[in-house]
Amino acid sequence: MTDRRALEAGSQPPLLYPPYRSTVRRAPAQPLVQVPERLVDLAAPMYGYLPIDELDNDLTRQHSGEPLGERIIVAGRVLDEDGRPVPHTLVELWQCNAAGRYRHWRDNHPAPIDPNFSGGGRTVTDAQGNYRFLTIKPGAYPWSNHDNAWRPAHIHFSLFGRSIATRLVTQMYFPSDPLCAYDPMYQSIPDERARLRLVSQFDLSLTQPDWALGYRFDIVLRGRHSTPFEGRV
Amino acid sequence: MSDPETIVASASQTVGPFFHVGPARTDHLGRMASADTPGEAMHLRVRVLDGDGAPVNDAMVELWQADARGAFSARPAAGEAPPSFSGFGRLATNDDGWCTFETIRPGAERGAEDVHQAGHFTVCLFMRGLLRHLYTRIYFAGDPALQTDPLLGLVPEARRHTLLAHPCADGTTWEFTVRLQGDGETAFFDL
Repeated sequence: MTDRRALEAGSQPPLLYPPYRSTVRRAPAQPLVQVPERLVDLAAPMYGYLPIDELDNDLTRQHSGEPLGERIIVAGRVLDEDGRPVPHTLVELWQCNAAGRYRHWRDNHPAPIDPNFSGGGRTVTDAQGNYRFLTIKPGAYPWSNHDNAWRPAHIHFSLFGRSIATRLVTQMYFPSDPLCAYDPMYQSIPDERARLRLVSQFDLSLTQPDWALGYRFDIVLRGRHSTPFEGRV
Repeated sequence: MSDPETIVASASQTVGPFFHVGPARTDHLGRMASADTPGEAMHLRVRVLDGDGAPVNDAMVELWQADARGAFSARPAAGEAPPSFSGFGRLATNDDGWCTFETIRPGAERGAEDVHQAGHFTVCLFMRGLLRHLYTRIYFAGDPALQTDPLLGLVPEARRHTLLAHPCADGTTWEFTVRLQGDGETAFFDL
């Protein structure tokens, strides 16, 4: 008997969201096949294991020199919807450099590549669900979705959690970014509380004096829950 | 309905086109099994096509599978080395929309309550244009256990063929095509 329960409605974007143009030819047109709760546990247990090196959570020390840009600490907790920490789970992130350029063959934005910044990192949460990265603040960059389209500065996150149903790829945004109001990816999330969940908070207590600004970003994975009153069949 | 004791989940967002600088930095996660892994060695070639039938050259494909006996690998304790066969694979598609996993054929699982599943791969599919990832399964064409597989049984009969991999002439390679839309659209699951 599984104790899984559905994600709260409104917290997740739809598959088809025409303002984000690429969804139009890539979102499935047929309805998804609903898997009843009693069968979800068959869908595959899962853990994400990748070997982690000591410096994998420090994106500023992957090259001989230091990357340009504003050093930031990004840290927080991975929780489930019941507020319980998710320990020992893999957290991966990737991002562009301070000028808004990915070190990627398909990124032709005419902003400089930083030879000292690759933009990928990973870590594992501790027993209390905490994670921490040192990186540089990513820049905004233009994209071709619509006229004068710019992505707000963001960091991509990938997480595993306790089962295949908790797999999550998301993005972290920065506080008070005016570009979020125009960004179809951010705006695709129906519930305002859920949109704000993806906005990190500046945190002076996380800020390391004379070194790096701190941004707190908690990540909430789908919960497990044993109450029999959910009413799902 | 909102439950006052819960907190709102983080929303899914697209993996975007640049995940190769992070989670798909190398292709070593496509080599899931080695010569020492017990079981029947096989290659699984996966192709992804969009609603126009055009190859998707920026998809990230993740696989989870059981071992040859049908058992899933257990999570290693903190600090413990992982098993040599973890059952997890991840690759980016190439310019023609293909990726190829080197693995072993998954065994049939014997789960609780006498549920008999056919051997299969569970797939998570990520790409630019998918605000949420998609779940599907890959089964083996011709497997007699398909008749009793409980998840395949949830799929409308006319769409079940979309979850079948087919063998190539070499006898060790199986091919599977994901069609995101249109004729033969792959069945995706909502877990």
